Amino acid sequence: MVVRTKVAGIDSPEALAQALKSAFYLADDGLATAAYLALALGKPLLLEGAPGVGKTEAAKALSGVLGRRLIRLQCFEGIDATAALYEWNYPRQMLAIRQAGDKPVDIYRDEFLIERPMLQALRSPDSAVLLFDEIDRSDHEFEALLLEFLSDFSISIPERGTLSARERPVVILTSNRTRELHEALRRRCIYHFIGYPAPEREAQIIMLRASSVAEDTARAVVAAVARLRREPLSKPPGIAEAVDWAEAATVLARGGASWPDAFKRSIGVAIKDEEDNAHIAGRLDAILTGAAA
Amino acid sequence: MMRSKLPAAAAPFVAFASLLRANGFAVAPEQTTAFLAAIALLGPRSLEHVRRAAHATLAPPVERREDFEALFDAHFLGAVELGRETAQPDARDLRVAEERPGGFEPPAADDSNQAGQVATAAEALSGRRFGPDHEAATLRGFQRALPERLPQRRGYRRIAARRGASLDLRRAMREAVRNDGEIFKLPRLDRRLRRRPILLVIDVSGSMKARTEAHLRFAHALVRAADRIEVFTIGTRLTRVTRALRLKNREQALATASGLVSDWDGGTRIGDALQAFLAVPRFAGSARGAVVLILSDGLERGDAKAMTDAVRRLAARAWHLSWMTPLAADPGYRPETAALTSILPHLDALADAGSTERLCQHVLNLAQARAA
Repeated sequence: MVVRTKVAGIDSPEALAQALKSAFYLADDGLATAAYLALALGKPLLLEGAPGVGKTEAAKALSGVLGRRLIRLQCFEGIDATAALYEWNYPRQMLAIRQAGDKPVDIYRDEFLIERPMLQALRSPDSAVLLFDEIDRSDHEFEALLLEFLSDFSISIPERGTLSARERPVVILTSNRTRELHEALRRRCIYHFIGYPAPEREAQIIMLRASSVAEDTARAVVAAVARLRREPLSKPPGIAEAVDWAEAATVLARGGASWPDAFKRSIGVAIKDEEDNAHIAGRLDAILTGAAA
Repeated sequence: MMRSKLPAAAAPFVAFASLLRANGFAVAPEQTTAFLAAIALLGPRSLEHVRRAAHATLAPPVERREDFEALFDAHFLGAVELGRETAQPDARDLRVAEERPGGFEPPAADDSNQAGQVATAAEALSGRRFGPDHEAATLRGFQRALPERLPQRRGYRRIAARRGASLDLRRAMREAVRNDGEIFKLPRLDRRLRRRPILLVIDVSGSMKARTEAHLRFAHALVRAADRIEVFTIGTRLTRVTRALRLKNREQALATASGLVSDWDGGTRIGDALQAFLAVPRFAGSARGAVVLILSDGLERGDAKAMTDAVRRLAARAWHLSWMTPLAADPGYRPETAALTSILPHLDALADAGSTERLCQHVLNLAQARAA
């Protein structure tokens, strides 16, 4: 195992947390440690958690801190090698064959190769962060392909042979836990489960993300959101929803609406499911006044 | 040069990995290596660093975090808190029990099935209509026939096919290269068929007592034959038993599953249990586009409104929803309870669960019934 104690000037979890903060991302100790270990040990980082807790944001912030380009691969059912690895430019190959006539022609040169995210990251490991977003949406076939890629960071192209990375690229995977990932995938990664943040931290996040929101508003939103998350909702509000809610209520209040009313009218940014809305409709007033107190 | 011996300071950390394994956590050797490397990297300046390194590299499942913490404290701090009750997520005061990966030891197979608690549960549940041999043969036939006859849908992955919607350019190109750039026929790609997932919910309350064991046997056959399936039991609480039923030996699987379920022959709160199911996104996701089978008599003692609401939400997610009740074995049966009549409009089928044969028949005919 190749261990690098210092990556892009970062030599401890605390230094990474500080750097992430300057990229407007507040990471807790667990996440900072996991991310630092992933960088130092050259292992992929697997982030799991409910939708809207900031998994993708973490990847963006990390790529910002490292000063690298973020290559994002959104996973979906049926995602395959042509979407994730590479593809040949068939029309141009065909044209080249026709133009060459009797002369021999190499149609497997670089100019005919279309690089997809995994190959891109492999070819520029020191200038890119590769993000596999919502890996739980892909199917088992893709997970197998990914396992192969993550174990030796090489891609074999039958016409060209095996391409290996000069060094291990930084890889981040996120999962919403809609299904259980293969045990081998978890094993290969540094793992961190992002839960909902503590109220104090969530208020800080809201103020960091939405500078127009006053501290009192942020606290009230955090308290209300915490109550909503305890309800059996099908889509509990995430951090992004909390930020939006605080911002929306601030805008409405500036327009002259009173506070509880501003929260109530902007509930649509926090609860985005008709049934959830119906479920809490009767108790919303109690939740809001409880949160404002 | 390779060192053959670990430094003495590493011993407690390696021992922690084996302690985890002994407690049913899956820890691979490469994870232990990463754990040691992580500790070396972090200093470690405090025990918190070791704890975080352990979390990041040994990746305990979220459901077992508390156990993990307790083991960590016991190992490194000497705290004796191992008997601590694991906090379970509550949904409307109804307990959701989830089996833990590797958290149980399957009891040894016991032919006479008279060992301890399991046997008493099994005994109380006897009284099925057919002899065990007859039923086993039915289930064997069912297991063989099922993979072919499960409802299917078109997946999004495309494979080479004789006919299909899109061109297989890669194959066309390869063949063209062989033929000096000439294309004689166009190879095609088609979307592959996939089997629909199954969600089976078994009512284990007192009123279903006579049929519960047969239902679990049926569930085991279903789990063995289908690749994407989730099985839950409901009574006064919701329990996920999928993993236990994956064991190959039927008796062993049943014994393990019945060990997980703690609300045998209790009251019925179908509505609350289904609501609890829908409140866990990971569980609720397993109903999406799935064949949902509910084995219950629908004699709800809780709130009929909660049950109607839950069934409506479930039906909205599912591809097919069958309510299978043993009461329907009687030809004169008409659903009359308030709860059952109010869920009728949401059901795709109200089927007879009076015997294992009928159950199997219904499931085998699902694909055709829906197509018709």
